[in-house]
Parts: sequence; structure tokens; C-alpha cells
Amino acid sequence: MSKNKKKIKIAFFDFASCEGCQLQLTYLNEVFLDLLDHFEIVNFREVISEKSDDYDIAFVEGSITRKQDEERVKKIRDNAKILVAYGACACIGGINGLKKKYTDEEAKEIVYAKREFSLEVGDPRPVHDIVKVDHYIHGCPTNNNEFVKAVTSILMGKGYTPPNYAVCVECKLKENVCLFEKGQVCMGPITRAGCEAWCPSYGNTCYGCRGLLDDPAKDGQMDILKKYGYTVEELTQKFDLYNACRMEAEKK
Amino acid sequence: MSEKLSKKALDINVEHLTRVEGHGNIVINVKEGKLEKCQLEIVEAPRFFEAMVRGRSMFEVQHITSRICGICSTGHCTASVKASEDAIGFKVSEQTKLLRKLLLHYETLDSHLLHAYFLVAPDALGVPSVLPLVETHKEVVMRALRMKKGYSDMCDILAGRHTHPITICPRGWTKLPSKKELEAMKEILLSQVEDLAETVNIFQSVKLPKFERETEYVALTHSGEYAFYEGDITTTDIDGTITPREYKEVIHEYHVAHSTAKHSKNKRGSYMVGALARANVNFEQLNDEAKAVASALNFKTPCYNPFMNTVAQVVEIAHCMYDSIRIIDHFIEKGIDYNEAVTSWPTKDEWQSFEVKPGTGAGAVEVPRGVLVHEYTIDKKGVVEKANCCIPTNQNLANIDLDMKKLIPEIIGKTKEEITLFSEMLVRAYDPCISCSVHMLDVKFV
Repeated sequence: MSKNKKKIKIAFFDFASCEGCQLQLTYLNEVFLDLLDHFEIVNFREVISEKSDDYDIAFVEGSITRKQDEERVKKIRDNAKILVAYGACACIGGINGLKKKYTDEEAKEIVYAKREFSLEVGDPRPVHDIVKVDHYIHGCPTNNNEFVKAVTSILMGKGYTPPNYAVCVECKLKENVCLFEKGQVCMGPITRAGCEAWCPSYGNTCYGCRGLLDDPAKDGQMDILKKYGYTVEELTQKFDLYNACRMEAEKK
Repeated sequence: MSEKLSKKALDINVEHLTRVEGHGNIVINVKEGKLEKCQLEIVEAPRFFEAMVRGRSMFEVQHITSRICGICSTGHCTASVKASEDAIGFKVSEQTKLLRKLLLHYETLDSHLLHAYFLVAPDALGVPSVLPLVETHKEVVMRALRMKKGYSDMCDILAGRHTHPITICPRGWTKLPSKKELEAMKEILLSQVEDLAETVNIFQSVKLPKFERETEYVALTHSGEYAFYEGDITTTDIDGTITPREYKEVIHEYHVAHSTAKHSKNKRGSYMVGALARANVNFEQLNDEAKAVASALNFKTPCYNPFMNTVAQVVEIAHCMYDSIRIIDHFIEKGIDYNEAVTSWPTKDEWQSFEVKPGTGAGAVEVPRGVLVHEYTIDKKGVVEKANCCIPTNQNLANIDLDMKKLIPEIIGKTKEEITLFSEMLVRAYDPCISCSVHMLDVKFV
């Protein structure tokens, strides 16, 4: 690869999150170096000190919560030609949505008791609630195989559309025993695939981190749960874990 | 701080310090020869985990608290399952315990390596990040990537992945490694012997600032081993130990006006946790390979130089690597009891006989950055009523501030750029994890 080739400038930004999705990239290893043949990383605060506002593709990790974060993501949107929501917190609000059952005052009191101080809290939201998102890379954490596939596709100008079928499809291909048969509650039937049925393949259940399908068979899921003897309350808890932001939006 | 400084005025404001986990600012302010302000400010958005886990089952709470921090997710999972089990009075098997020790080693290896190579080494080599090193020191970068890949491959085998491990849950493991997988992990570790030697070589030549400030060092300690997974809490200032449930006797959390994440202290104004604290408390229990690395790096305890935390991490890399081989050899020889595999939640049938004794319990674990405590109150249905997470980085914040207050006057004759670099290096030496530190708290006091 010629050194003079004009590389596409990419930047990573993080908001309210655990930064685990950025960390995933450090596991790409040699593939990461291959990507550097095509990309120039101009912003990646967790790993490098270089900073620039000149970039083509912005990867945004984390949920947007405070006013100052709204302003920051709007600036990123203005600077970037393409904005990719990266990871569950950015794509669907993810686990941050669990805060929604409390008001700011309640949440503060639980953590700090009655201490008086000024603290801007804000409502956790997915990035698309604030600015236009061009592409989504789902997951908590993101899956590197999908990341490479998505980035390659975006690089070729084709964009990236995540699967719109259920995790069950990938789980069946892996020949896993259905978790309902093992006496577990699983979000697989209504959750977007693309993770290669990661958790079920390691003996755990699907927690729904990639978000609900565009048109999830919620009634079907209810029927499954009733068939296996679970209550609506147990089900709601499962939905809430990653999808509280979407559930709230659908209520409105 | 009445000491007159040779510089009349100095203003340093490092906004969003790079090459640390999370968002933090360094503010240094000298006016008319007086150090008016020097501190690390935490500006990460608050997330309120202690509120988020209320009302959630103990069988998913480790899945949630894992998301406090990507780098430390295994540590949070481990402290979390231990706290839940302690609260309801559940005892895990020796096999479960030993495999948890192995997974914790993998996280320590990965985290220490990332810190030493990607976050600290660039300062020592005078470059802004690891990226320029791809051109100038390719073999160094390739080695770091190779070692990291080894760790992540082993995490993949044991836990499904490194970030947010899948198989670790209350009661045990949802999937246990096959003999073939045990052998694969051992092979990876053995393939890194040479890379470890080269890593030691690099850190022999890295020059770290000479700076000392004695403080109180806090760590878990255990009669049988260099403590990571289990033990009681002790410090260099107290005789004896206290149990994890009594952690508040040593870890006194308090709020300060200037910053925001909770600070901690015990006997003095601050204390230190992490690799250096562990080594200062438990050095004799390191294995021979780690002691050899310590000697090669001229690392002797007690050590009062916080910059040496990175060297203590390299020593621990050797310890964890060889202790992992010991654990894997044990399982290759004795075999694994696959009947111990559990589902992440008890099944309907299991619930019939599963006993939940409601109560409060604590799980204390040494994670890469120091002692981490989770404390939960769990009701009779296994649901979390109350939670507290006591984070290593928060415990270090007061100590970082006091170090800066001693360091800045000592280097005040240097240029602003050098002072900035030194204070950044000091903060980085602690390997702060700001996502963890503000798992609930914003820092700008207005």
C-alpha cells in the first residue's frame, strides 16, 4: 500500500458508557494494523494523545445524557461525513436506560443520600435521539467480526445494514440446545442477530443487548413465556435490561 | 501550601487527559509563587449503577455491574458474584474458585500489558501514542499485540470473551473448559515466555521520574497466596486484618469540594491501592519468576515512588502468567468435574430447593487497579435491595492529589510542557479508570 494514498480519517468518541466497545478494537490485533492501511485514526482518547477535528467517519460510543453532551455530539455530527453509532449504549441506550425508572433526584439520593451539591444528570438516550445516525453497530460489547464486516462495507461506500432476523437463527446454526428447554428465559426470539449467538453459545441466555428487531414478535414471545410458565413481570424485567429507552419511546 | 515557588505564575489545564480510561482533567494553578490548585478533576457523565441494580435479581446483577467498566469487567463480575453469594450464604466449590482465580489473572495480565505498553511506554519513548511506534518500533508493537491477543484468546476460551465475560455467574460457571481447551491455554502461556523476557528488557531501559512520597498502602492479604481473588483487607499502617464485610473500617469514603468522585482515606490524608500497594504488602508471596523480574528491574519493597506502579505491574505480569500455568496444570492433571456447570439462573425446579437467606454481603477482589469491594443487600427472593461499589480509582484519587502537591514544587523550575508531561505521567502511573470511578458521579461542582 502506497504511503501517499489518501487515507480516510476516522475518529472515536465516547459518552456515557463503559468504553468496552472501544476496548474491543484493541483485540483486533493484526487486523487493526491492516485497517491502518486504509484509515488514519485522528481521535481515540482512550489509547492515543493525538486529537483533530478533521475526520470523515465518527464512531460514537455511549448514551447521550447531559446538555453538554448533546452539544458535543452535535458538533461531532457537523464535522463528520458519516456518523456510526457504536455499541448498545449509543444504538439503543442500552443498560443506561435502567436509570429511567428514577427521577434525577431519586437517583442522586440513592447514591449520595442527602448531600447538597449541584449535579447535572440528564436522561440517558441513544444517539439518534439527538442527531442523525448513518449506521449502527450493535452489541454490548460489539462483536469484532461484525465490526470488520461493517467497516469494510462502509469503506466501499455500501453502508452497513445489521441483520433484521432473530438471534435464534444464529443460535440454531450453532446447534445449541434451546435455553427455554433448559428452564431459562431467553431474549433470543425477539433480539436482533449479528452476534453469532454469543452468550447462548457459552451456556448463558440472551439478554437482548442488540436491541429488539424492527418488528419483534412480542405476542409470540409472550406466548412462549406463558407456555414455559413465566409471568409478565419476569418478562418486563428482561425487556427493560437493554431496551428501556425503546420501551419508553413506544409508550409515547 | 505556603511554600514560595520559583515560578510566579503557571496555569495548566489538561482537558480530557488522554491514554487513561474515562474523562478527567488535570488543573494546576500557581499564582504569585503559590501553588493554589493542583488536582485531577473527573468529568465523566454520571450513570448511577447503585440505583440501576436496585430491584434486579442477584442472578443478573453481575451482568449489569460488569458494564461499569469495559477494562475492569471481569473484576466487577467477580466482586459482584462474591457479594451476592456472601449475602445469601452460598458457598462455591474449590473448582469454581480456582477457575475464577484463573480468569482474574487473565484480566490482570491484559490490563497491565495495555497500561505498560500502550499508555505508559509512549511517554518513556517520547511519542504521543502507540501509533508512531508502529513505524519506529514495530517489533515492540507487534509483541504487545501478540501478548494481548494471547490473553484475549484465553479469555475467549474460558469466558466467551474478555470484555463482559459470559460464563461467570453466581453459583459457578455456565461452561467449563475441555481438556483440549486447557491445553490450548497452557500453550499460549508457554509461547509468551520469551515475550515476557523482552518486556522486562524494555522496562529495564525505561527511565521513570525519581520521586518519592511515602503513604499508606492498602491491599487484600491471604495466608496461602499472593492475594487477588480472596483474602482480608490490610494496610501498612495497621496490625492484623479486617474482613471484606467490615471494609468501611479501612475504606472511609468521603466527598471533597474540588472534585467529585468519592475520595477515600484511612489513617492519613490518603492511601494507595494497586500493583505497588499489593507488592508493598505481599511481596514475599510472589512466585519465584515474579521475584526474578523484580530483581531484574531493581524493584525493591517498600517502594514509595508511585511512578514505579508500572514496574510493579510488570512484576505481576510474571506472577500471573506462571500462576495461571500452575492452575491449568492442576486441572490437566486432576481433570474438571463437568457436572458442576450451572445455568445462569436457577431453573424452576432448582428454585424449589434453592435457599436464599436474606442479608447483606460483601465481595472484595484485587483487580488491576487495586482492591474492589461490592456490597449488596439481598431479599428473600434473591433481589438486590441496596448496593455499594467501592472503586480502586476512587480510593487513589486523594493520593494522586497529594502526590501532585508534592511533585509540582519539586519540578517547578522546568518548562510548562515538562511540568504538564510529568503530571500527566503521574496520573497515568496510577492507571486510573475513570469510567469506574464515576460509575455514579459527576465531578464538576458548580
